[in-house]
Amino acid sequence: MGRIIIHQDRCSGCGECVSTCPFGAISLVSNRAQVNEQCVLCQACLSVCPTEAISLEEKKKDQPLVNGFSYEGVWVFGEQRQGIISEVVYELMGEGRRLADKLGTHLWVIVLGSGLQSEAEHLLHYGADRVCLVDHPDLADFHDESYTRVVSYLIEKYRPEIVLSGATAIGRSFIPRVAVRLKAGLTADCTALDVDLDQRLLLQTRPAFGGNIMATIITPVHRPQMATVRPKVMKKAAYSPLPKGRVQIETVPEDLIVPQTRIVSLVKDLTERVNLADADIIVAGGRGVGGAENFKLLYDLANVLGAAVGASRAAVDAGWIPYSHQVGQTGKTVCPKLYIACGISGAIQHLVGMQSSETIVAINKDSQAPIFSVADYGLVGNLFEIIPSLTKKLQEERLKF
Amino acid sequence: MKIIVCIKQVPETGNVKIDPQTHTLIRSGVPSIINPLDTYAIEEALRWKEKLGASTLVLSMGPPQAEEALREAVSMGIDQALLLTDRRFAGADTYATAYTLSLAIRKLAPYDLIFCGKQAIDGDTAQVGPALAEHLGIPHIAYVKKIEDIDLQKATVRAHRLMEDGYEILDSRLPALLTVVKEINEPRFPSLKGKMRAKKLEIPIWGADDLGGEVANFGLSGSPTQVKGIFAPPARGKGEILTGEAPLIAQTLIERLKAQKII
Ligand SMILES: Cc1cc2nc3c(=O)[nH]c(=O)nc-3n(C[C@H](O)[C@H](O)[C@H](O)COP(=O)(O)OP(=O)(O)OC[C@H]3O[C@@H](n4cnc5c(N)ncnc54)[C@H](O)[C@@H]3O)c2cc1C
Ligand SMILES: Nc1ncnc2c1ncn2[C@@H]1O[C@H](COP(=O)(O)O)[C@@H](O)[C@H]1O
Repeated sequence: MGRIIIHQDRCSGCGECVSTCPFGAISLVSNRAQVNEQCVLCQACLSVCPTEAISLEEKKKDQPLVNGFSYEGVWVFGEQRQGIISEVVYELMGEGRRLADKLGTHLWVIVLGSGLQSEAEHLLHYGADRVCLVDHPDLADFHDESYTRVVSYLIEKYRPEIVLSGATAIGRSFIPRVAVRLKAGLTADCTALDVDLDQRLLLQTRPAFGGNIMATIITPVHRPQMATVRPKVMKKAAYSPLPKGRVQIETVPEDLIVPQTRIVSLVKDLTERVNLADADIIVAGGRGVGGAENFKLLYDLANVLGAAVGASRAAVDAGWIPYSHQVGQTGKTVCPKLYIACGISGAIQHLVGMQSSETIVAINKDSQAPIFSVADYGLVGNLFEIIPSLTKKLQEERLKF
Repeated sequence: MKIIVCIKQVPETGNVKIDPQTHTLIRSGVPSIINPLDTYAIEEALRWKEKLGASTLVLSMGPPQAEEALREAVSMGIDQALLLTDRRFAGADTYATAYTLSLAIRKLAPYDLIFCGKQAIDGDTAQVGPALAEHLGIPHIAYVKKIEDIDLQKATVRAHRLMEDGYEILDSRLPALLTVVKEINEPRFPSLKGKMRAKKLEIPIWGADDLGGEVANFGLSGSPTQVKGIFAPPARGKGEILTGEAPLIAQTLIERLKAQKII
């Protein structure tokens, strides 16, 4: 394994590295820096040392893969809900195609479900070389154990080098089990992917520490290299009228499909427009909204925009809106195309949940509110005047057509 | 009934800042706390203990100071605590963390329920819970916002799992692992009596040799993933500030958003 070395003769004991280390892995012992067991080799300390006393003892290059097999191809997990392929699958196909082309290899999509032949055919129009379909009545609904076993079985059979899944409730629930079963590395909630062609390594970039830092993760010797990818970050694959690949029906051993959990019922919350993860536009309210009844203003604006409604913790804690709407550290992480923050101060715990949104609009009467530091458009003023104005003007524009 | 709660000690993210010059993390003076979502796991264990009677244990893998987090859990009302600490556990990714926790839990068997927080605020992976369940060969339910019922006779649990478009009510057999979201309850504060007990409680410490297992599977060497580098997120450009009469700035905003084809 590689490790961080501190050349004691060059160390001046200034402590720069100590305060820089994100993992608290460096301390000063008799005025010299010392690395402890917390170190994960992130190398953040290397660049800050004024005396260049820190170096990385490199791991031997070209280590053989753990089990000696060869692995090839990029796979995308074709998540579906109630028989409909999720949006994120098309995004992953766009990205998967790009990576596969770079590596000079193929792109497969793996679909588990029941009666999905035509959905599978449809995916061929988005750049898949093959859609691998496991059609079984007991796979119609998502079950962690069955999905884990079936996907693991297919991976062991075909040995892809890269497996991507959406960082959705489903993907983040069962993909970790697949990774354990295969002893593969898994990187969570990635927002950027690339490949190092020399070593055919997947470079997986993701936010950590609530979006305060970005980390690039690699899986040097374990295969496949697995990642869940945040929805709405990758560009959707383009539709092509001429499909080039084919659908392959896979039958798997029956004993793989024995759900250990049973779904009693499924409660949709769509009327509440709470599907923050899928929304292109989110109108969010905070303490400044002032009360449950005032959220109507936000719903009105959301309606003309086709947006979902989000909230800060302060608004949720006050009981103005249910928790399922909460954005932030203890709520949901969202990255819509447009996020409109109304009466939200922009506490770091809120920012970490929405700061990767494409465009941010903030409406706040306090021009010093921290939300303005992340806003592309900062509207300083009273939300009770501004929001109705926006709604009215947008409605008027609608009528013009 | 025996309930195990897995908790992690984390730096309080809110205070972590990036140095604008060096693009690295400033960590000095950042206090350590129990991972916020894990406090909901602790609370849920306590509620079912009060309802059905149970022995409760908090488990953490981490450096020696993670003991503080365990004591805090005890002061909330948890009965026992166990700390896994060893130089060889260091640098563990989610695979190795879950592996290490699973060895300890196998030694603590039999158990009925394991609670984890949905995710930790440092790594933000949400992977350790499901991975731990797989290592143990038991079912799990992620994103639990409500536990409707635990039936010890039939050895089943009925829980509500949060999904993007609503929630699912599902049954699982026990033993099972549940990861919880904030909506599930409101964590209590430590009591004075709890604090006294926490102060005195003997907390055993287990290392790699106590756990058995393959040393190569622990810590950095047992971790398939590796952090290659860390950098600051791209800074957002300076935004445009609009002030003035509401109708006017509303109009300007709509024009800007239209020009950029955002709406
Ligand atoms: C462990 C932990 C986890 C947390 N997790 C989350 C989380 O997941 N999500 C989250 O959001 N928070 C979270 N928080 C809480 C967070 O720190 C803040 O307390 C919260 O986000 C504040 O919400 P707010 O901005 O709505 O309220 P405030 O901070 O009170 O801000 C209200 C804003 O509204 C403005 N305002 C008032 N009236 C008007 C008006 N008429 N017109 C225009 N503007 C007006 C005010 O100027 C002010 O800026 C967490 C905290 C902790 C400690
Ligand atoms: N080192 C650890 N010790 C005990 N529990 C942990 C540890 N790391 C993670 N967990 C548990 O797993 C959950 C998810 O963590 P993570 O996968 O790191 O986001 C946490 O909320 C904890 O319940």
